[in-house]
Amino acid sequence: MILINITKHLESADGPLNASFDLEISNGEFITLYGPSGAGKTTLLRMIAGLEKPDSGTIRVDDEIWFDSVQKINLSPQKRSIGFVFQDYALFPTMNVRENLLFAASTDSSKLFLDELLELTELTNLAHRRPDTLSGGQKQRVALARALVRKPKILLLDEPLSALDSAMRLKLQDELALIHTRLGVTTLLVSHDIAETVKLSNRLAQIQSGKIVRIVKPLELFSTHAVSGKLQFVGEILSIQYDAPIYVITLLVGHSVVKTVVSSLEAQSLKIGEKTIIASKAFNPILMPIK
Amino acid sequence: MESEFIATMVLTFKLASITTLILLLIAIPLAWILAFNNLRFRSIVETIVSMPLVLPPSVLGFYLLLAFSPVSTIGSFLIDHDIRLAFSFEGLVVGSVLFSLPFMVHPIQAALSQVPRSIIEASYTLGKSPLITAIRVVLPSIRHGLISGIVLAFAHTVGEFGVILMIGGNIPGETRVASIAIYDEVESLNYVMAHQYALTLFAVTFVILLLVYTLNKKSLMSIR
Repeated sequence: MILINITKHLESADGPLNASFDLEISNGEFITLYGPSGAGKTTLLRMIAGLEKPDSGTIRVDDEIWFDSVQKINLSPQKRSIGFVFQDYALFPTMNVRENLLFAASTDSSKLFLDELLELTELTNLAHRRPDTLSGGQKQRVALARALVRKPKILLLDEPLSALDSAMRLKLQDELALIHTRLGVTTLLVSHDIAETVKLSNRLAQIQSGKIVRIVKPLELFSTHAVSGKLQFVGEILSIQYDAPIYVITLLVGHSVVKTVVSSLEAQSLKIGEKTIIASKAFNPILMPIK
Repeated sequence: MESEFIATMVLTFKLASITTLILLLIAIPLAWILAFNNLRFRSIVETIVSMPLVLPPSVLGFYLLLAFSPVSTIGSFLIDHDIRLAFSFEGLVVGSVLFSLPFMVHPIQAALSQVPRSIIEASYTLGKSPLITAIRVVLPSIRHGLISGIVLAFAHTVGEFGVILMIGGNIPGETRVASIAIYDEVESLNYVMAHQYALTLFAVTFVILLLVYTLNKKSLMSIR
């Protein structure tokens, strides 16, 4: 069980921000921190890791106190059982893949685990390659494997997939999901990507201006208005075009671009860039396997 | 004559080697602080480190000479502890370290500021102390900066003239280094000896630099 109750004054791009986070995470859970940039998601992750110090509050992990402003306890990152995957992967450039993982390993048992991790992340064949000879997706896997070598209690992922193309992204999402199931490590993911969030996490903490505004199951976040639809998606409006007498709306649903039509009355309530629900209940959708 | 030549050359490279070694030990922590810590007096420290770049060597030499003299507070303190720095090899080392400091600090500082903060933090999150992180993660990734610093500081010390002349004079086997010897030989119109010193310095410096840049290029390629 991880209990977080901390505050911190932040200087964000939009001016000063008094962040306060209150979050309870069960062991083995996969939680996504979702919200606009500058809301404090990364800062929250860094405070859990001990890379930044909260102004006040407590961070407790099982029976251990990692941070307590009253008791003046602040464990260094070295003493916290965490694995951190940085946005830029932060691989050690002078070490090859295996050496990057070995650097993290401390005992012989974890060296055995290291081989298992290389296998799990499909890196065995790349073990002797230097980071700068790897693709973005491969680097990301090395960073993930390295963060797991010490069998951390908490895995912290700071937008690890944001720099990858969508195909690689989907593949690594599957891999992340697999690793989470296999190792059962409590995971906190910072993400902008709705599809990713829905696919991976058990719960989702929506963060706005330094506060957790709500914690929900992923799909609930995007379906605030209950629609008794048979088929329901969340999409982002890319364009609204008037094509008399109707409006053609182009949406991004997951990684696909979808077009649909609405009446001019309906179109008035829609804005480009907004999240919207697309639901259908009037006819049967057609499903065809892709081969 | 020949033995004096050898003694002078040995002294020159001994001075440069010792100076470079001491500088390396001083410059790494100093550059680290300048690159990573948000010091309040950072500009002042940077200015002091860079002073020898623009200051005439004779100015530094003059003040060092005053400081080393037995009548000054520092000088008398040192002599009480049996350390004679004026007109001695040890004095030359002190002067050269001060004078070549920016040549070692600047390349290392520049290389350190290129190191992504995240690889240092990654090492911390993997349970490694700052010292282990510095030795195993940071220093290997700035080795081009280290090599540049070593080469520049070494070459600069070999070529040093003004400070050495002021605080060391021209004592054979003790403070007479090659650059002083050249001046001395030219003054006494002994052009053959001056040539011998000059050409040796020229050749040795060329070879060292060539070697370093060749090695540097190879190690750069091996990373890629």
